Amino acid sequence: MAQTPEEGHAAQADKPFNIGEMITHHVADSHEWHFATIGHTHVTLPLPVILYIPGEGLEVFSSSRFHAEGHHESGHEKHTYKGFYIDEADGKLKATDPSRKFYDFSITKNVASLFLSAILLVVVFGSIASAYKKRSGQAPKGLQSLFEPIVVFIRDDIAKANIHGKDKHGHPMYEKFLPYLLTVFFFIWFNNLLGLLPGGANVTGNIAVTLFLAVATLIATHIRSNRYYWGHIFAPPVPKALWPIMIPIELIGILTKPFSLMIRLFANITAGHIIILSLLGLIFMFRNVFVGGVVVPFVLFLNGIELLVAVLQAYIFTLLSSMYIGSAVEGHESHDDLGH
Amino acid sequence: MGTAILGAGIGAGLVALGAGLGIGRIGGSATEAIARQPEASGKIQTAMIISAALIEGAALFGLVICFLIATR
Repeated sequence: MAQTPEEGHAAQADKPFNIGEMITHHVADSHEWHFATIGHTHVTLPLPVILYIPGEGLEVFSSSRFHAEGHHESGHEKHTYKGFYIDEADGKLKATDPSRKFYDFSITKNVASLFLSAILLVVVFGSIASAYKKRSGQAPKGLQSLFEPIVVFIRDDIAKANIHGKDKHGHPMYEKFLPYLLTVFFFIWFNNLLGLLPGGANVTGNIAVTLFLAVATLIATHIRSNRYYWGHIFAPPVPKALWPIMIPIELIGILTKPFSLMIRLFANITAGHIIILSLLGLIFMFRNVFVGGVVVPFVLFLNGIELLVAVLQAYIFTLLSSMYIGSAVEGHESHDDLGH
Repeated sequence: MGTAILGAGIGAGLVALGAGLGIGRIGGSATEAIARQPEASGKIQTAMIISAALIEGAALFGLVICFLIATR
């Protein structure tokens, strides 16, 4: 996000500063990774465009082809390459011939950022796991001692506290779901933090990413659901006259839980980014150094809050996932206190 | 178009009002409960965060709808 000032400077050269456009540019996905604009030079990492065109096959080229003949600072005319261009309005790749069918599998900014966080997670947790193997029985050291309390917290206060019961071999049920819960927690947390970095992609603020996470929780909830869970849905413990109302409500409830997980993460992260960007945008709307003096400390404060929100949203997603899983695997007599 | 944006703005304000009232009540009651029974603060905090998350979810549904109206 730190590239905002330079960007506003570049924008005011040719047209009045448009705050909505600036925010959309920072929050949305794109085909190139734009870090900063210094003067009139754009510091951009072009990303590969991968298209599958039915009947023609695969088409792979760099997104820098879309401004091959030098960057035109003034105009936003379409730079077409092989019959495709990037629509400036929504940043999406479109064919010049609207009837031409194609599927866009490009490595966009979000996908590149996902690869980055995946590598980061594998490196961090791979090194921690090998440290446990090498130094088994000894006190944790370095990265190990940073992450051990978090892992233990998720195991004891999230998984063990919400997922009760034992499987048929007598192992505690939470052990089956602990890998998923740990993965989802650290994935969301790392991506939230990467999104707060200057120039970072807004991965967890992308509804497709949170949709996938919610579907993963939906599958994890139902993969080991027992007959008490389904009994609760198809034969709720209410008078039979209410069943025609209760059963549809319970069935919809299966889907609204992951839906709310999806919307919560998406909206929280996106709203945080939009608030910070709109406050920074005030500087360029008023073109006044005193506004900056007020806004910049406030934005720093909000960035601190966002660091808290990054871990809080990961915690809430993991906690609610474990509660949904726990309600699907719990035994006959236990009920949770939220009335599910 | 103008009235739609006006409605979206008013809606966002109402959403903030409702969520603020709800989360404020949770926070108030949770602090009272912790003051009465400090040894149960861990459990109270968990319940507080869960209920705040549920209220926030409802508020965000409203906000998303306001946002969709405003950006149509």
